[in-house]
Amino acid sequence: MKRIKIMLLGFAAALMLVTGASQAATPKNTFVLAKDIADIITMDPAEVFELTTGEIIANIYDRIMMFEPEDLQSLVGGVAESWEVSKDGKTITFKVRSGLKFHSGNPVRAEDVAWSLQRVVKLNKTPAFIVTQFGWSADNVDSLVKATDDSHVQITITEEFSPGLVLNALSAGIASVVDKELVMSHEKDGDLGYEWLKSNSAGSGAFSLKTWKANEIVTLQANAGYRHGKPGMERIIFRHVAEPSSQRLLLEKGDIDMARNLTPDQVKGISGNSDIAVDGHPKGTIVYMAANAGHPILGKQEVVQAMRHLVDYDSMANSFLAGQFVVHQAFWPAGLWGALETIPYKQDIAKAKSLMASAGHADGFELTIHTLTNSPFPEIAQSVQANLAKGGIKANIVTLEGKTLWPKYRAREHDIILARWSPDYVDPHSNADAFANNPDNRFEAKKTGHLTWRNAWSDDASNKLAIMARNELDLDKRKQQYLELQAMLQKKGPFVIMFQQNEQVARRKNIKGFVSGSNFDLVFYRNVTKQ
Amino acid sequence: MASAEAVGPGLVLPPKLVKVTGVIASLILTFIGLTAITFTIGRVMPADPVLAIVGDRASQEVYDQVFFQLGLDQPIYVQYFKYLGQLLQGDLGTSIMTAQPVAEDILRFFPATLELATVATLLGVFVGIPMGVLAAVNQGRWIDHVVRIIGLIGYSAPIFWLGMIAILIFYFKLDWVAGPGRLDVFYDSIVDPVSGILILDAALAGEWDIFHNAIAHLILPASILGTFALAYIARMTRSFMLDQLSQEYILTARVKGIPEWRVIWGHAFRNVLVQLITIIGLTYASLLEGSVLTETIFSWPGIGLYITNSLFNNDMNAVLGGTIVVGVCFVGINMLSDLLYKLVDPRVR
Repeated sequence: MKRIKIMLLGFAAALMLVTGASQAATPKNTFVLAKDIADIITMDPAEVFELTTGEIIANIYDRIMMFEPEDLQSLVGGVAESWEVSKDGKTITFKVRSGLKFHSGNPVRAEDVAWSLQRVVKLNKTPAFIVTQFGWSADNVDSLVKATDDSHVQITITEEFSPGLVLNALSAGIASVVDKELVMSHEKDGDLGYEWLKSNSAGSGAFSLKTWKANEIVTLQANAGYRHGKPGMERIIFRHVAEPSSQRLLLEKGDIDMARNLTPDQVKGISGNSDIAVDGHPKGTIVYMAANAGHPILGKQEVVQAMRHLVDYDSMANSFLAGQFVVHQAFWPAGLWGALETIPYKQDIAKAKSLMASAGHADGFELTIHTLTNSPFPEIAQSVQANLAKGGIKANIVTLEGKTLWPKYRAREHDIILARWSPDYVDPHSNADAFANNPDNRFEAKKTGHLTWRNAWSDDASNKLAIMARNELDLDKRKQQYLELQAMLQKKGPFVIMFQQNEQVARRKNIKGFVSGSNFDLVFYRNVTKQ
Repeated sequence: MASAEAVGPGLVLPPKLVKVTGVIASLILTFIGLTAITFTIGRVMPADPVLAIVGDRASQEVYDQVFFQLGLDQPIYVQYFKYLGQLLQGDLGTSIMTAQPVAEDILRFFPATLELATVATLLGVFVGIPMGVLAAVNQGRWIDHVVRIIGLIGYSAPIFWLGMIAILIFYFKLDWVAGPGRLDVFYDSIVDPVSGILILDAALAGEWDIFHNAIAHLILPASILGTFALAYIARMTRSFMLDQLSQEYILTARVKGIPEWRVIWGHAFRNVLVQLITIIGLTYASLLEGSVLTETIFSWPGIGLYITNSLFNNDMNAVLGGTIVVGVCFVGINMLSDLLYKLVDPRVR
């Protein structure tokens, strides 16, 4: 009996030791976000192409051109104070702002700006195509991108591109201005500081990278000398919380300030909590289905058109996608310059059946839908499966991890792919090049960056209009051309574009000033305050 | 008296040397087998390791560049022998996912799992064994039924569900413990990692607030993981004890008037110790592999989650590095069990 008493006392003491051990709230000068940050694989702006790192480096590096949180619609100079475009539209000269400093204390010079772009081209990592499409290569970039004096940088493109597009492209992550002196002090075997910059930072933005522990935490430290003034928060902390329900509990408890990956059910569940607000941020990610035109049946335009009429867009958007996706049917996301926002399709079974009959498939056929394993793709696939069945199409679903799915897509080994796409930079050409342009449809051409090529689809009119819009100097004409191109792709082509993402972010109500724009890397922390 | 073993005409090796050589040879073969199988599975899987690095939007030119850099154009056996060559020089390669050398990653992720698994196993041992003994001694009575039900729940309840319910009750509603993660953000990066085991590092640094906070974070995931260990150990202890308690020597001991606690703990329990050591060793080793679900729910940056994420991303250097660590754990614990047998049972010596 005595022993049992001692054991009980010990147990009680242990409970007292841990009881109430967690802090009641996050530190006043720190903004704590919970997010699944397992996608982070590098912090080098020449290589970053993942969603989480895209937004992180946008807060660490100032870019040549930028969209600022105060006005997400206007492209303005970042490191560039002003710029001049030559008459032929092929040379742009940037004047670098004076007095800017990197986090290291080094001055931001024209040489750093030119070197940052040269480095992207020479390293030739995945996002480098955003600037190599201008005709830059490792051999010619030193002569085409150069500092002409201490405060001016001149860039020359050799391909036909609208200068407006070039300026937009220079607002992407690859146009981040990197501290040449600091990075080169860590260079090894001519790698231009690549190994070092993967897990360090060398920018002049509102924050610097303090720590990155993969699958655990990322900490950013405020840059008190930032050109727009000291950020509202001293530190930004990303906590890796992969499980959305854990994110919800942490947020409700006050252990984090913001949850970034809540499901629609969880958002609904916290709607009654007076300490929490949920904001919707329209994003550029679109969800689409693509039919392989190399397939003997799916190559017929009437069949794809029938599928557009079979999908019940509203039913999905109003049920399991509620609040997180809205119906959108053009390749360029709504809310951005040049977007076509009309919704021409609703479910129309009779029309779909008539199209199937005119294609010679009134009795239907069987196909496979390949999609991703993560939500909401399996749910959308199941709904589409039921919709297609109404038109006599028997769809089998195969869900795969991205690393297994993408090789199939890039090798044209699919019938239907259900996937997502987000712009690489804020210019309609980013998506037009993927959805409308196919420079060479031969299999051996391997133009895998073009979704048209992956689906073995090519159309002269579409290709021509995509290139024309890309090269157009007049902004109004250019916009009209993109609207026309999107309308064209709504009627022909292999794509059934269905939804656009609306990111739902849940925050404690004392958090203000978080800005999330349409593109994946237009997320800003510098105006965040805690009241 | 030690005997010697004849190897060839005139060449005689001492038996201890023969035994040590045998152990080393079996270790080498184990690791070659382990790495070869893991490497081959990684390479024949349909997931593309190049896309894990370059992303799905990479141009064919960028794709090809990385494909050749990784040496994927060479036959699998050439790639494997190159990897083995690196391994022999102590180089586990660099992880794609973390951009860090795999050895550094393991030094960060493994202690987190070690901390969790050790506390969970201790819980299993110190609660599970008395429970098992109590159940065996009271076979058929209510205590026995309670222990068997607890064992059944611990063994069959989905750990994901158990974890979420525990967080909801003990963290969210009762506020007895801290939430997911290893530490509150207040304390992150304050203590320099020495062992990587937070409670130990905090104690060594004299940071008692951090020690307290680390315990508050550790107790719940360790208890959840410990439930599985506890259930298994309790069930096996009960079963072994029932077997021993029906033996004639127990009857003899009781007839001789030896106190009952001595009969149970000094005679019966002593004879189940060898079997229990095997069970505890296997349980500990399986927990050291990392429990992916527990680590996911509790945002615990352990080796299980590291290996699983690496596998999904086809980060083969990380997968192989993690597999080697798990292999070392199994071999090490097996060897330790062998040593312990000799300590507790003179017949094995």
